[in-house]
Amino acid sequence: MRFSRTAAIVLRQFYLLRGSMARILPLFAWVAVDILLWGFITKYLNSVAGAQFNFVPVLLGAVLLWDFFTRVMQGVTTAFLEDVWSRSFLNLFATPLSISEYVGGLVLTSILTSTLGLVVMLVLATTAFGLSFLSYGFMLVPFLLVLFLFGIALGIAGAAIVLRMGPASEWFIWPIPAMISPFVGVFYPLTTLPQWMQYAAWILPPSYVFEGMRAIVLGGEFSGTALVWGIGLAVVYILLSGWYFTRVYRYAVRSGLLARYSAESVS
Amino acid sequence: MTEKVLSISRLCKQYGEKSAVDSVSFEVCRNEIVGLLGPNGAGKTTTINMILGVLEPDSGSILIEGLDAVTHRSEVLAHTNFTAAYAPLPGNLSVYQNLRFFGLIYGVKKLSSRIEELLGQFNLRAFRNVKTGLLSSGEQARASLAKAMLNRPRLLLLDEPTASLDPSAASGIREMICAFAKMESVGVLWTSHNMYEVEKVCGRVLFLSRGRILLEGDPKTLPREHGEKSLEDLFITLAREPLAQVTD
Repeated sequence: MRFSRTAAIVLRQFYLLRGSMARILPLFAWVAVDILLWGFITKYLNSVAGAQFNFVPVLLGAVLLWDFFTRVMQGVTTAFLEDVWSRSFLNLFATPLSISEYVGGLVLTSILTSTLGLVVMLVLATTAFGLSFLSYGFMLVPFLLVLFLFGIALGIAGAAIVLRMGPASEWFIWPIPAMISPFVGVFYPLTTLPQWMQYAAWILPPSYVFEGMRAIVLGGEFSGTALVWGIGLAVVYILLSGWYFTRVYRYAVRSGLLARYSAESVS
Repeated sequence: MTEKVLSISRLCKQYGEKSAVDSVSFEVCRNEIVGLLGPNGAGKTTTINMILGVLEPDSGSILIEGLDAVTHRSEVLAHTNFTAAYAPLPGNLSVYQNLRFFGLIYGVKKLSSRIEELLGQFNLRAFRNVKTGLLSSGEQARASLAKAMLNRPRLLLLDEPTASLDPSAASGIREMICAFAKMESVGVLWTSHNMYEVEKVCGRVLFLSRGRILLEGDPKTLPREHGEKSLEDLFITLAREPLAQVTD
């Protein structure tokens, strides 16, 4: 594996971002709007509830963490979709570039773009609405790590779906975070959910993050073992998505799908 | 003995019931330009895709400089390159950005000076910062060729490199390719439907039809050997003849 090839993938994304407001704005504009919206909602809820409960770390913090996860996932898929939209597969994969170098480049791109979104959200949430991440203590780092790993895993799986099903299937992957959110308890404890949804929640790493976040903010106990489970699950999802992408790529090379990608199928 | 850069042996590819490439074998040596001819759907692009590793053969072997193209994919593709009319460079990057991007992927040494050299060689200096999607067909073809020559390939695959170009632009492109091939001692596999072009640049041609090689020889003498006036006449005859009659 050569780092210069992975760096080339990042450089291409940098070139695209540099010259395009349409690409730069979505990195932070929508998450900033989300923070503003939820910031005002929490402010209002705080005024209604009086001093009894502070909604800021529970709701606004949850929105921030969830948006970070979404940005990480979309960082990978958008970088991949740039190659779909510009029909670059033939030029890209007829080079010495390996799958791990290519996917590594997508992940590195996502780290850079999602970090930008995270910084904007943090600045806005702390300065405008007084969100203090100190209230999460050192647990913030593993929380972000779990969400980051799971976002990467879903991003790679999303890219594999588009590679397998053709360019039009990008519409399958945009709603994935929205479909997951009811299960992982972004805004409510998992005990609120019916039993079958709770079973689904425990195999989704973000559930551990949001349960943990609420436990810490509300002064309860949060088991470190649960967090280890969250990290472990996220790592398993990364491995599974990497395996799935490689499998789909091999199928695309074997069947002729990669060479005739714009046709969307080989039949 | 002439050094082989490409050795293909009994290459097969089937799409469902249809045989796209059927037991094709041939070689390309250094300093040689080989024309791969045949009607649409004959299996030319399928063969090139298999050499480039974007399509897996069902059976057969592809050796590039003696190394198996499947098991040593990255190694052999580092010394191979291609251009095809149907695979334009990403149109949302400038000529310079494209060359830098692909140069990094191919691991080109002294990349900046190599890019400057190619921009000059292919008359692309004026378009250095222009997005390739905004270039004319001729300019895009030159940019694609510059990319194809970035890594000084030992094997160059050209799939209809002059398709959709006017005669003057096509002639310029041909001259550039021939000059590069001579200077760098490269082996070239060239597909084209322009028989004039093939006669002019290729030292040897292979006629492919329905996935099989029907004829091989010197494009200047082959028509006479088969009772035809020109390469174009020979092409038309072969393309219209049922496969069984020709191979019997």
